[in-house]
Amino acid sequence: MATTNLSYRSVFSLVLKRDLTIAMRHKDDIINPLLFFVIVVTLFPLGIGPEAQTLSRIAPGIIWVAALLSTLLSLDRLFKSDHDDGSLEQMLLSPQPVFILVLAKIVAHWLITGLPLILIAPLLAVLLHLNEQSYVALMLTLLLGTPVLSLLGAIGVALTVGIKKGGVLLSLLVLPLYIPVLIFATNAIDTAALGLPYDGQLAIIAALFIGSLTLAPFAVGAALKVSTN
Amino acid sequence: MQTNTVIPLISASNLTCIREERLLFDQLNLEVNAGDIVQVEGPNGSGKTSLLRILAGLSQPFEGEVFFSNQLINQSREEFHQNLLYLGHLPGVKGEMSAVENLSFNLALHGASASSIDIEQTLAEVNLTGFEDSLASHLSAGQHRRISLARLYKSTAKIWVLDEPFTAIDKQGVYALELLFKAHIIQGGCVILTTHQDLLTFEPTQVKKITLDYNLGNDTFDYDAE
Repeated sequence: MATTNLSYRSVFSLVLKRDLTIAMRHKDDIINPLLFFVIVVTLFPLGIGPEAQTLSRIAPGIIWVAALLSTLLSLDRLFKSDHDDGSLEQMLLSPQPVFILVLAKIVAHWLITGLPLILIAPLLAVLLHLNEQSYVALMLTLLLGTPVLSLLGAIGVALTVGIKKGGVLLSLLVLPLYIPVLIFATNAIDTAALGLPYDGQLAIIAALFIGSLTLAPFAVGAALKVSTN
Repeated sequence: MQTNTVIPLISASNLTCIREERLLFDQLNLEVNAGDIVQVEGPNGSGKTSLLRILAGLSQPFEGEVFFSNQLINQSREEFHQNLLYLGHLPGVKGEMSAVENLSFNLALHGASASSIDIEQTLAEVNLTGFEDSLASHLSAGQHRRISLARLYKSTAKIWVLDEPFTAIDKQGVYALELLFKAHIIQGGCVILTTHQDLLTFEPTQVKKITLDYNLGNDTFDYDAE
């Protein structure tokens, strides 16, 4: 009965656990984006032909574009169902800071969509004859880059969640924000293939990651308040 | 109803609400004190839900301010939310989670700690014994509503803002809820609700009413809460 003040950490884990539970019982959320990613990447060798040289040249781009689109595809899930059944309102009305709630939801989204994608990416890279020297760069850029996709995407979803058919608008809003990540990530992988250092590109992606990690949840919180108005 | 020495739990001044270029209400003032039960009445589309959402801080009024204990609700967000329980049209129940999981998440999120025995007892209070571990997607609309209403039994919030709480609830359920409201206002809380039913267990004089009249282009309304 007694009102207890939850620590930020327990609020975070409470929401994270809830979102992961829902995702595990609604497996489409996990499988669909992953399947889309795999299908898009595997279609390229079929369409372009099996020449190792061509494929290894375009591999970084294909993997990253597919990752980006599959994240975009899964973004809608982030707040839509919570908005539709009223649980988003309840979260906004809870005495807990919106920043923590939102951050927990975004982390859950990344664990559900970003992490499986990172795990399967090296396998698909083999299929595309990715240069051997590029594997580490591929993994590092995905590890730093996919959280940025979830964080920035969340802002777009929060802004469009109140709109009945916000799908196209969401893509228009979010895609331009994804471009820097795409450019620096593929560039890092290409540079790694040449055996050159790619710390610079990684540092920029890391900066994007830290910047969006600290600022995006505030933007999302503000956007959600507007959307539920 | 109000003396100047009593600080109202929730009050609003000069609320104006405009939706879709229609004036729903204008210059609405209200004060709700501990021990009040306020029924917001009016035909469909007269702005009842809008008023409740504004009082809960979910919507911004076109003009006017809402106060919690004489403090602007935007400036005392945490304190206000600790003392507010708002249940809207949507039950806020996740179909992928069981009744127990839904209730314990909602309680924990709002800072009420409850053991698993507490949770089961609370679900028994709203007649959900036997459905504790069923996924909510397998339950009926009325049962969803009951899961969300179960929070009332464990709530420490003083201000209850309830939008059509009796929707899809059977007769005994409505009776039990009214008793719960009674106990709540005796303990120094207040209830603001919309419903098209009469509150049967309350004396007519006990229930304060706010009547919203929706008139095309005409901004009259009756406010007889006093």
